[in-house]
Amino acid sequence: MCLAIPGKVVAIEGDSELRMARVDFGGVMREACLAYVPEAKIGDYVLVHVGFAIATVDEQAAQESLALLAEAAELEDLRRGSS
Amino acid sequence: MRHLDEYRDPAAVHVVLRRIEAAATRPWTIMEVCGGQTHSILKFGLDELLAANIRLIHGPGCPVCVTPLEQIDRALAIASRPGVILCSFGDMLRVPGSSGDLLSAKARGADVRIVYSPLDALKIARQEPQRQVVFFAVGFETTAPANAMAVQCAARDGVANFYLLMAHVLVPPALQALLSDPECVIQGLLAPGHVCVVTGYRAYEPLAARYHVPIVVTGFEPLDLLRGVLAAVRQLEGGEAHVENQYERVARPDGNPAARAVLDEVFAVADRKWRGIGEIPASGYVLSSVYAAHDAERAFGLESVTVEEPRECLSGLVLQGRIRPTECPQFGTRCTPDHPLGATMVSSEGACAAYFHYGRTTETAGARH
Repeated sequence: MCLAIPGKVVAIEGDSELRMARVDFGGVMREACLAYVPEAKIGDYVLVHVGFAIATVDEQAAQESLALLAEAAELEDLRRGSS
Repeated sequence: MRHLDEYRDPAAVHVVLRRIEAAATRPWTIMEVCGGQTHSILKFGLDELLAANIRLIHGPGCPVCVTPLEQIDRALAIASRPGVILCSFGDMLRVPGSSGDLLSAKARGADVRIVYSPLDALKIARQEPQRQVVFFAVGFETTAPANAMAVQCAARDGVANFYLLMAHVLVPPALQALLSDPECVIQGLLAPGHVCVVTGYRAYEPLAARYHVPIVVTGFEPLDLLRGVLAAVRQLEGGEAHVENQYERVARPDGNPAARAVLDEVFAVADRKWRGIGEIPASGYVLSSVYAAHDAERAFGLESVTVEEPRECLSGLVLQGRIRPTECPQFGTRCTPDHPLGATMVSSEGACAAYFHYGRTTETAGARH
């Protein structure tokens, strides 16, 4: 029920009371309401749940959390081991 | 897909698994609260990859599972009335009430429709003003803003034939109920990431302090879940107990302010009965007095009824993390997804359904722990 999927905003339409967007989920397009993410703009990734964007993805925070792992020397070893 | 695939990287998953193994010097029991997290854990086999001294138990975070029988019976009663269109997320249709489910009602001729969003139900209400359109509003805080917005739009635009049948529940009061139980075995909690996206996570801080339990805001992908486990283990090993955010890319301390403002306007907090668990004070939403005209229970004058759960269904114990689904004598025999005794076997987020779908039989679960 709490499933929410990140997708990319590719178009924005609708009135100021209920801003709607077309969101690209890896090639599948769906409509989503942007009323709860007034900051969202075209090109942003938003987290969509039952037709509503409930957050914009913080790109910097995403990169930082992954970078912590990417620095791990053991990650490189594992990749080499699995290739 | 971006912001998903990165968190399924097998090499990174193994790095975090090694860190957990290195960090955990003792056995720890950690509950993931959300049913979506339970399904990810079983789907990706994280329960089997984790060090044997980390025991994951599954929480009550499946709104379909905790919707009381009475509310399903009310939905059935409303759906059977002439002129009504009952809209629902697909998950609810096969959940058994005390006498049948919504799918059977549909087969008998009731106009029951599956929708993707409450806005779809509102659209139907606009298109068919002569019909009464009722949306079965089931969900946690994640789903509540969508339903609140649908009602707000209906009120603003004078769509008087649109109603909500409210079955909204709230996570922190349920955790309070679990943690305050003298028999509670939970040592750490993975808080539901998408609930926290909406509400923020400040409400969890008093729980962490009062019950001395680390609470880690956690996402849904394998790497998210394992980072949540690692953070909880590190706190436990260090004797700490505070709220920590491991879902930084979307969860913020105060959540989504726009969504919270609409929730505060449209809904009011009320006591709510949880299926299999019982009544929990201040654990659900009802429509606020301003929006009461859109309340299906009020509009349809439904009487208050109390229905007994089938005794052989142990979903209440499963939802509280007291037993694993495979410890229920009915699991996989009398109770299957095709013939469920309780909602935990039929919901896409139910722990029993997850164990069944991902092949955790009594034998494999027993061998693991």
